[in-house]
Amino acid sequence: MQIVLFHLMPYADLDLAEGKKNGTVWVTLPNRNFDPEKGHKLYNRYLDELEYGEQLGFDVVAVNEHHQTAYGLMPSPIVTASALARRTTKAKIAILGSALPLRSHPLMVAEEHAMIDVISGGRLITGFVRGIGAEYHTFGVNPTFSHDRFHEAHDLIIRAWTEPGPFAFHGHHYNVQYVNTWPRPYQKPHPPIWIPSQGSKETIDWASHPDRRYTYLQTFSPVKVVGRYLKSYRDTCTGYGYQCEDRQLGWAVPVYVGETDQSARSEAKAHFEAFRNVYVRMPLEMLLPPGYTSRESLKNVMKAKAQMFGDVTIEQAIELGLFVCGSAETVTNAFEGHWGEMRFGNLLVMCQFGTLPADLTRANMERFARGVMPRLKTL
Amino acid sequence: MPFTDHFIEVDGCRTHYRRAGKGAPLVFLAGASGAPVVLPFMEKLAERFDVVVPDHPGYGQSDEPEWLENIHDVAYFYLDFLAALKLDKAAIVGSSMGGWMAMEMAVRNTSRIASLVLVSPAGVRAEGAAPADIFLLSPEDMIRKLFHDQKYAAERLAAPVTPEAIDLALKNRHTTARLAWEPRLHDPMLPKWLHRIDVPVSIVWGAQDQVLPVGIAHELKRLLPKAELKIFERCGHLPHVEKMEEFCDLVVRFACK
Repeated sequence: MQIVLFHLMPYADLDLAEGKKNGTVWVTLPNRNFDPEKGHKLYNRYLDELEYGEQLGFDVVAVNEHHQTAYGLMPSPIVTASALARRTTKAKIAILGSALPLRSHPLMVAEEHAMIDVISGGRLITGFVRGIGAEYHTFGVNPTFSHDRFHEAHDLIIRAWTEPGPFAFHGHHYNVQYVNTWPRPYQKPHPPIWIPSQGSKETIDWASHPDRRYTYLQTFSPVKVVGRYLKSYRDTCTGYGYQCEDRQLGWAVPVYVGETDQSARSEAKAHFEAFRNVYVRMPLEMLLPPGYTSRESLKNVMKAKAQMFGDVTIEQAIELGLFVCGSAETVTNAFEGHWGEMRFGNLLVMCQFGTLPADLTRANMERFARGVMPRLKTL
Repeated sequence: MPFTDHFIEVDGCRTHYRRAGKGAPLVFLAGASGAPVVLPFMEKLAERFDVVVPDHPGYGQSDEPEWLENIHDVAYFYLDFLAALKLDKAAIVGSSMGGWMAMEMAVRNTSRIASLVLVSPAGVRAEGAAPADIFLLSPEDMIRKLFHDQKYAAERLAAPVTPEAIDLALKNRHTTARLAWEPRLHDPMLPKWLHRIDVPVSIVWGAQDQVLPVGIAHELKRLLPKAELKIFERCGHLPHVEKMEEFCDLVVRFACK
């Protein structure tokens, strides 16, 4: 199994009371709540943590993209991935992912990812996402065109990376007379592509298609839901007439390893609950603007609203498998058990979440790397 | 005379409309919530006009055509709709999104249009009069914001919510986003061409409109200097509901002169 250290880089110095009072830390939380001096320290701390991840033996270090939120301070994962490209030597660098419909030109994405791939000597893992619903509010991009723009941008990027340029591209949303990307990516035919998702049939059908076979990552979901979607991906591959490889599946989950189950819970509790109940929280209308999902999915979310939008305690989250927490033994057993059922080839662990401070984050990373990772890598 | 239901195919879009009354044709173009039911003002207007109330493409019982991408598509569609129904010298009464559609039609072609009544229309932007964020408001808050007299909001909120009504609301909301998400509820190019509207225009607004503030009415009057402007006091975003009698009197007086 390939082990990925995934970071959201939240604004951990957030005044949680302000976040709660505003109802969400997305879109509308005034940016006077961001202190650039604290931000300076956080960015450097978080980049240090990812670099330390390479020393500890993580196979991949991963960053992602979110806009106008305390949830994550990476509106451009290109910036953080670029910094990592120069400060790491062995670990792969994953961008999970670039939000294609939010970018005004897909060729910029093709160029930036190709640059990082060339600078790092082929260590880039590319990820493509649509951006979350809230980001259609922040950017003004029309969510009813989100899928169309995503697919067309994807097609343009793949062609830019693989077809000899210059050539012309005529789409509905993007029209380019000269597609002739310099640099071309280091990896042939292009960097591996991962697709993070909260779970949707449409995404699974698309990512698993024999022309693509992209790695599908289920992010921050109860373990039952993870199992359901990963099985759905495997079944879809079978339906397409090929067998799904384990490397095509991944699970992204926050993790905390303590000396004992008891100490793990007490150390993580406040920070996990801040993550789940303050940083993640947003109203339904912000999460799912019209057209971002199908109306059927939207109705299902509306039905599950009370459960999805209410507070969750650390105990409930552990029970649901939304959070994996305990001693090294407990955490190893949990992942081995889940792996036995799901056979995911990639495990993305978030060792920092919410307000978790630097000392606990490092201790968590070390205990995970020394006490959990060795056995998982043999799977 | 009760409204009857009809369907007609226009531009490949099976379009639902209701129709009642006799007299000069009057087409009512509804706002973002569509026209799911016959409202009292429609019946009142049907005493004097041949009233046609269509479901816009992508709304209500009408199809969601592939070609529907922006407000301009709707404008061309409605010009074709007037022709398909052979409506001549029609009064177009448009509320909110429907008022925006009416203006987009009229800058293109007024050959079948006699007059426009723009009821708190979307379509133009005014400095210092920012619209409510209709896509972030909860459904309850949205209904409250529609009315000055909260008695109307309470009535709507008390109405039972059926699965069909939810489906319809989601469909209407989707199409509203498609047409009005960005630029939000307006077309920056529209003011350039408003001078092409060569039929009488009446602008109607509620002084306490919390969805599209009354400041937009004054900007629209500036852009359409020959238009009449009537502002109803103690009235929100839907004058045809909150000031039904006065509103219908205004339409009759204006459209029949």
